[in-house]
Amino acid sequence: MFTAFLIKYAEIGVKGKNRYLFEEALVHQIKYVLKRCEGGFKVTRTDGRIYIHALSEFDYDEVVENLKTVFGVSGICPVIHVPDEGFDKLSATVVDYIDKVYEDKNITFKVNARRARKNYPMNSMEINRELGGVLLESYPEMKVDVHHPDVMLYVEIREKIYIYSIEIPGPGGMPVGSNGKAMLLLSGGIDSPVAGYMIAKRGVKIDAVYFHAPPYTSDRAKQKVIDLARLVSRYAGPVYLHIINFTEIQLYIYEKCPHEELTIIMRRYMMRIAERIARENECLGLITGESIGQVASQTVQSLAVTNEVCTLPVFRPLIGFDKMEIVDVSERIGTYETSILPFEDCCTIFVAKHPVTKPNLKVIRRHEEYLSEKIDKLVQQAIDTDEVVIARW
Amino acid sequence: MEVYLDNSATTRCFDEVAALMTQIMCEDYGNPSSLHRKGVQAEKYIRYAKDVIARNLKVNEKEIFFTSGGTESDNLALRGCAYANCRMGRHLITTQIEHPAVLQTMKHLEEEGFRVTYLPVDEKGCIRLEDLERAVTGETILVSIMHTNNEVGSMQPIAEAGRAIKRINPRILFHVDAVQGYGKFRIYPKKMQIDLLSVSGHKIHGPKGSGFLYIDEKVKIHPILFGGGQQNGIRSGTENVPAIAGLAKAVELVYRDLDREVEKLYHIKRIFVEGVSKIDHVTVNGHPDETGAPHVVSVSIQGVRSEVLLHALEDKGIYVSAGSACSARKPQPSATLRAMGISQDLLGSTIRFSFSIFTTIEEINYTLQTMYDIIPMLRKYTRR
Repeated sequence: MFTAFLIKYAEIGVKGKNRYLFEEALVHQIKYVLKRCEGGFKVTRTDGRIYIHALSEFDYDEVVENLKTVFGVSGICPVIHVPDEGFDKLSATVVDYIDKVYEDKNITFKVNARRARKNYPMNSMEINRELGGVLLESYPEMKVDVHHPDVMLYVEIREKIYIYSIEIPGPGGMPVGSNGKAMLLLSGGIDSPVAGYMIAKRGVKIDAVYFHAPPYTSDRAKQKVIDLARLVSRYAGPVYLHIINFTEIQLYIYEKCPHEELTIIMRRYMMRIAERIARENECLGLITGESIGQVASQTVQSLAVTNEVCTLPVFRPLIGFDKMEIVDVSERIGTYETSILPFEDCCTIFVAKHPVTKPNLKVIRRHEEYLSEKIDKLVQQAIDTDEVVIARW
Repeated sequence: MEVYLDNSATTRCFDEVAALMTQIMCEDYGNPSSLHRKGVQAEKYIRYAKDVIARNLKVNEKEIFFTSGGTESDNLALRGCAYANCRMGRHLITTQIEHPAVLQTMKHLEEEGFRVTYLPVDEKGCIRLEDLERAVTGETILVSIMHTNNEVGSMQPIAEAGRAIKRINPRILFHVDAVQGYGKFRIYPKKMQIDLLSVSGHKIHGPKGSGFLYIDEKVKIHPILFGGGQQNGIRSGTENVPAIAGLAKAVELVYRDLDREVEKLYHIKRIFVEGVSKIDHVTVNGHPDETGAPHVVSVSIQGVRSEVLLHALEDKGIYVSAGSACSARKPQPSATLRAMGISQDLLGSTIRFSFSIFTTIEEINYTLQTMYDIIPMLRKYTRR
């Protein structure tokens, strides 16, 4: 029955002169997800609102599910729009609308009319009053409540008349592409896809890097990360996933450095490589799924030591999250099931029984000097053999 | 060089099988239940397939029922017989080293109120007849024992077990999961007192999704799938004609020159076992000689994690399994190896090599040489 959607966006509304940039990015993202849906649509931007008009038959649930993945959308209102054929016709339409949308008529309501077209013969107050009366007459169980109605029935008089009362919450945030691009370190665990999701939610486009260590990690582990990138791309748009062969570097560190420091030194090299790939691909920051104290390499001391190798800002959106909170988000966005598939990632394979939890930067730097003979070459080689997979939903 | 040594997981389809199936799918695609000529034509393939298999087992063709493969055959045999015969008793016997298709079905039957005895195995992976005889009770209705183990290649004393069971009580049904043994050995159910025999097509160079269950005509069994009543109502569903014809073709080809092929496999196994034994701290599990299956060698390599070795071999074009392919997705170590008493540190270091009639000596030598090269390197970088 619905013929259009009104898209509400919260945060963009407070922007200043560059507001149109955000709105354009949002329209772009909406058009992008609608391509996945059956049917044709027209997306228009008028008077600080975005309307989606269906040009053909469409699958309502499919459209709503997809719109719920567009950051920047705070609410999705399914709308019916009808030509202005006089107040009697409008009354009949509204009565019919209520009948179809609310099976149980035991509800309180308020009519909220707006006239964008001021030449309509009645003013807003009159419309409210008259339509309210018609509804009370048609459905005696319904009651008016002007302060806290169960149903707020919006009637907007424009070229055509728009009627809506439902607002489905969107994901909020800002449209992807309105805030630059950053490089996500994607491991295959639970946290990093969530971190990517959260930064994408702030409008940042995502590229990703995965450190692959064959034969210690399998092609299935790699496929799992590709699958995760694809799940993130559902919200973040196409993700360019850089797959770096990390085996040689890992083995070299393993050979030369104290075993308890393996993970921390390894992570420093991951950050270094990620930063170089980020710069080559116009990314302005790095994203990790780290959360303080979760594992040895994520103590404040360890984070400080890993962070030291980068000059790009490192975004750690999960830094203050508990594991359960992260799991909740990952279940909600649909990455959890893939994340827990039992394949080794390269961080777990050589882990020492008791890795350092309070690394000393000076010591770590001194031990990294043991690598000076070959490490630059190995890093360069890893970057040169970078394999790029484009993950898209 | 590409070397496929994971033939216990699945095998390469014979070209003749693939060609025949293509022809059936594109030309003789009728439904065997249809009354017109196209249906009759399709039915002919099924009749022919039954004939080939029945002759091969020396049984009546009415006793062959086509299924989707080993798992379905096992399910039909166990659940079908358990439900049909539960008035005679509710006790079942199997072994600890069965394939999950049997073990999980047994677990399910336990939930349904059946009692199941799981026979232990010795360090070579074989059951002891005394254990079997002792396990049989007046309540026992069915015994299920695999012919050849999929993880270590140990062969069970099927004929002796059949004799022992029937001596105690001829009414006890004997099911044999021969998914790994069929196509390597001649199996004659009537002589070995086997009442039900499960076979899968894709382990003998036939198509995936094909298989059969031999059911002795005296066996009382209930269907587990209901529908159009095909195959005497025991297995409803339109017969998968291309798969059935492909399966029969594979049976013909595999058994055409069986003795020579099996001798060739044992020759390959000997060379491989000899070669692999030259590596330090390596154990060959089960029977390294001709008392075990000709196509499976399970090797424990101390100090090397099986997954890592698997991927390192993969990198050189050699495809093997860690434990068995069906359980490699789950992180817990194999039940078979544990039942055999393999020590804890070797459980995660066990690799299965499995050969087929396409395997060559050259491939084996390449595999051995590769192992000589990479195992010392992998041992250098193990968890310390």
